[in-house]
Amino acid sequence: MTDWPILTLVTFLPLAGALFIAFIQQETEVANRNARLVALYTTVINLCLALYLWSLFDPANPDFQFVEDVGWLGGNIDYRMGVDGISILFVVLTALLMPACILASWESITERVKDYMIAFLVLETLMIGVFCALDLVLFYLFFEGGLIPMFIIIGVWGGKRRVYATYKFFLYTLLGSVLMLLAILAMYVDAGTTDIRALLDHRFPPEMQTWLWLAFFASFAVKMPMWPVHTWLPDAHVEAPTAGSVILAGILLKMGGYGFLRFSIPMFPLASVDFAPLVYSLSIVAIIYTSLVALAQEDIKKLIAYSSVAHMGFVTMGIFTVTRQGIDGAIVQMISHGLVSGALFLCVGVIYDRMHTREIAAYGGLAKRMPLYAAAFMVFTMANVGLPGTSGFVGEFLTLLAAFQVNTFVAIFATTGVILSATYALTLYRRVIFGTLDKPDLQSIMDLNPREIAVLLPLLVLTVAMGFYPAPVLEVTGAAVNNLIHDHAAALATTATLGAGGN
Amino acid sequence: MLSAIVFLPALGALIAGLGGRYIGARGAEVLTTGFMFMALGLSIVAFSRIALGGEVVTVEVLPWIQSGSFQANWTLRFDTLTAVMLVVVNGVSALVHMYSIGYMHEDPARPRFFAYLSLFTFAMLMLVTADNFLQLFFGWEGVGLASYLLIGFWYEKPSANAAAIKAFVVNRVGDFGFALGIMGVYFAFGSISFDTVFAAAPEAAGQSFDFLGYRVDILTTICLLLFMGACGKSAQLGLHTWLPDAMEGPTPVSALIHAATMVTAGVFLVCRCSPLFEFAPSALMVVTIVGASTAFFAATVGLFQNDIKRVIAYSTCSQLGYMFFAAGLSAYEAAMFHLFTHAFFKALLFLGAGSVIHAMHHEQDLRKMGGLFRLIPLTWAMMLAGTFALTGLGIPFLGIGTAGFYSKDVIIEAAYASGSEHGMYAFIAGVAAAVMTSFYSWRLMFMAFHGPHRADEETISHVHEPPSVMTVPLMALAVGAIFAGGLFVNLFVGDERAEFWNGSIYVASAHTGEHAAPAEHAAPAGHAATEAAPEAPEKGAAHGGGILEAAHHVPDWVKLSPFAAMLLGLAIAWYFYIRHPAWPPQLAARKGPLYTFLYNKWYFDELYDLIFVRPAKWLGRLLWKGGDGAIIDGLGPDGVAARVIDVTRRVVQLQSGFIYHYAFAMLIGIAAIVTYFMATSGVTP
Repeated sequence: MTDWPILTLVTFLPLAGALFIAFIQQETEVANRNARLVALYTTVINLCLALYLWSLFDPANPDFQFVEDVGWLGGNIDYRMGVDGISILFVVLTALLMPACILASWESITERVKDYMIAFLVLETLMIGVFCALDLVLFYLFFEGGLIPMFIIIGVWGGKRRVYATYKFFLYTLLGSVLMLLAILAMYVDAGTTDIRALLDHRFPPEMQTWLWLAFFASFAVKMPMWPVHTWLPDAHVEAPTAGSVILAGILLKMGGYGFLRFSIPMFPLASVDFAPLVYSLSIVAIIYTSLVALAQEDIKKLIAYSSVAHMGFVTMGIFTVTRQGIDGAIVQMISHGLVSGALFLCVGVIYDRMHTREIAAYGGLAKRMPLYAAAFMVFTMANVGLPGTSGFVGEFLTLLAAFQVNTFVAIFATTGVILSATYALTLYRRVIFGTLDKPDLQSIMDLNPREIAVLLPLLVLTVAMGFYPAPVLEVTGAAVNNLIHDHAAALATTATLGAGGN
Repeated sequence: MLSAIVFLPALGALIAGLGGRYIGARGAEVLTTGFMFMALGLSIVAFSRIALGGEVVTVEVLPWIQSGSFQANWTLRFDTLTAVMLVVVNGVSALVHMYSIGYMHEDPARPRFFAYLSLFTFAMLMLVTADNFLQLFFGWEGVGLASYLLIGFWYEKPSANAAAIKAFVVNRVGDFGFALGIMGVYFAFGSISFDTVFAAAPEAAGQSFDFLGYRVDILTTICLLLFMGACGKSAQLGLHTWLPDAMEGPTPVSALIHAATMVTAGVFLVCRCSPLFEFAPSALMVVTIVGASTAFFAATVGLFQNDIKRVIAYSTCSQLGYMFFAAGLSAYEAAMFHLFTHAFFKALLFLGAGSVIHAMHHEQDLRKMGGLFRLIPLTWAMMLAGTFALTGLGIPFLGIGTAGFYSKDVIIEAAYASGSEHGMYAFIAGVAAAVMTSFYSWRLMFMAFHGPHRADEETISHVHEPPSVMTVPLMALAVGAIFAGGLFVNLFVGDERAEFWNGSIYVASAHTGEHAAPAEHAAPAGHAATEAAPEAPEKGAAHGGGILEAAHHVPDWVKLSPFAAMLLGLAIAWYFYIRHPAWPPQLAARKGPLYTFLYNKWYFDELYDLIFVRPAKWLGRLLWKGGDGAIIDGLGPDGVAARVIDVTRRVVQLQSGFIYHYAFAMLIGIAAIVTYFMATSGVTP
């Protein structure tokens, strides 16, 4: 343990960078360049800090580590921070994707560069805060606050229909957050604290669990997103600038899964068991339905967005099996999807920057002039398909394995996803990369430049490394997940006896 | 040393793939081919140590996926079954690498080609050296990836791209079953390691579990799911449609992947899992029936194809059917033997066809060949050797003959000897397929090499023998095709088979047939429980026994039947294509219903298009426009948003940033309220 508040540092360092950029005067090219550089340095330093945090983390300890607990709002709502094996990986993932986002926006963003960089840095603070917060109110502030920079990013730097996309995004999340807010109030009334550690040990009465679970579910399901509240995602992705899509797919979608793991499963164990069939059904529908919809897409970003929904279906399915393999698999799947879908959106950004269109039909035969790009895109496509040897396989297989132990129907329907994902992903690849390069405006398209290589290469290496050797990730999650499952089982047992005693 | 066999090709693939632009095409060729020959040399050493010397070696490499009680490691396992595959894979791969130097010499993307070939070899080696189901699955999907990349190697050809995707997706359908099978294995045994699972198989026999609402036998279910994977990879009936299309890839690829190695992975899987299949008799029956049906079906389609590669592709499909029904009848040794010999002669036929195509400037239509015998006599001789081996030329009762004579005949005899109804079905299908095999093989030879020239003068004047870098591999394979059968028959299926297989194949006593004693395989330590299965010694030969022993004692007419089948096929082919060469085109032009039905491959592609491909596309569009667009959005956000937009349109026009200010204010408000509530109510509780 360190005696200095490393979590606070990791969380708020980007905010300091944002403040620094805010003080850059003028709107000149030099100022823009400085803003970019400050943002890049800040995010890179923060990544180093996050990796240092990971190196200090003790995987054998299932409890929260690096805990900070400082009095804040009147004694009951404290500033509480801490990470365990479930959350730390998301902190590292966030810090990892951020420099890639800044670099990806290097040339494509030319308007209001300073504001853009500030929005991203603030966003990083809020996202890391979500995963570090150990206080319910603090969590809520970070969780909802993170949407604001995202609205701004889509609304200001987005595409033609950005206002529509932002509306849709906003309406969906608003519904969820209002319900979650009510649930938080109710939890506070019942438990008398907002300390997440205390709430994890608190036993909510069974009927109350049902309502609380549903309220949290409304919020997390929208974030995930689960079918049928997923329709904001394709529009948001399509309109968002490249880096916005990366963060949306890479981190924001993971907040739902993280929320299920942090709140729904341990705090409302009875309701989680009761509602598991509902989650399974929605997950299966998501996997099959959105995969089929992805087949019909003509827009590259929309296709990847729909495939994200399908992949998140594996996550929700795995989480609600409440088995070691299911939850390990769900976490690996989320980390992997963060890397892979982030990278896929970056790949789309590469050709969008050159051609300014996302229409699949506008491309074809890129392999001829862009061999490096074709190779990188192939690796990420295969990871998206879940080929063994890529990170995508580990999570997908573990969640399916867990589902099979619990319910063979679920496993069979979900496994059809591996056929459908191959179909849409390879069809996309074929239409964009293969074929003859006969479109006149593609004749002079250039392969990846060094900046783009610097963005994609680390993600590529990590995707393959995690596929062959996921032990570093699985070791970190192990103790915390075991603890979660154990507590869940214990909570089920005691609540059941309490319920029986009451009758 | 053993690890080097597996990782040399991986190293070659990495260097050629990443550094191809620096070392150049020649560098990539020499490097990958050199590595492959080194791996081949080591494989032969390994074969003598393991298969002939009776060792079993496992090499721990790294942990892979470890989650609670689920443990999957990267571990290389070398037993006889693996050693046989090592020789087959590395042997054919090394020769194909060498051959490709000549065949691909005009292609600008050679480093990529050689990187893919080596990548394939690495994945295939991971498959055959796997120590657990998941690593096998890794290799399984890895070869699928390499196959996809190589079929679509000429990515500017739309047909090649379509074929590549089809191969990957149809294989995925099989893998769907395979993956579920692995999950079932873990469910039943709590482990996916071969040793643990196989040791526990006898206890799991006859147990049942709930699967999709039915109470079913657990081992039968697992075996059928695994077999579904095998059907996909090995192009068995129903999932065979990708294999003929895969011929869009360069011909060396067809020889390596789609004839000698990858497509036999399914057979390998069934043989590897023999300790499971042996306790699932219903699954074995399904394997037999599917295999026999495929052998028959593919042979019928092969009869009238005009593309030289497609004829051989259907032949491969048919021969794989033989291997499967042999395995289904518990004659795993015979299946592996046929796999072994088939690799030689089928790779030879494909590479020979490649030489023909090379000589004819990429002409693949048999109707445009003819009379090549005088122009490329060496290639003709090599093809002849392959045809002899495929049709099983040999002298009955003396036991002298080409490779196919030993391996195919023992399968047909075993089918008769099994005495069961499905065995009889396999016997009849096998003999019928043998007639057709002989017919289409000789038809191919006659159409390509004999009779008058049917190509134009320009092409004919350029026909030439390939360079020696291509002919040497042909000759090496021809030696194998002629002699491999006779040399290895005793080890694989003869008296020495028990020591040779050394427990890597398991045959339960119930399946050892009526005529002989049960197999007494010396099992390695991990197979202790397997060995413990009841095996009361009976009268009969001390070595082995079982169905293979019975196969040696079938009536003479059974032993003669494959030979007669071969002669009959040859006679018909001779009659139509040498004696009356004008008849076949006339018959084809008449388009009789049977001809049309066979020529169109029993309309499988059309059927699948109708019931799977089109509905999926239609459904995708419907769900997108109807489900997402009209219902979810229409009732949800759009409906609400439309009202909001009506009200606020003017405001938005005045102030374009309205939306996020609105959102911002909203959230800050909510946060403020909750903080207030918390802070005030916090005093009371």
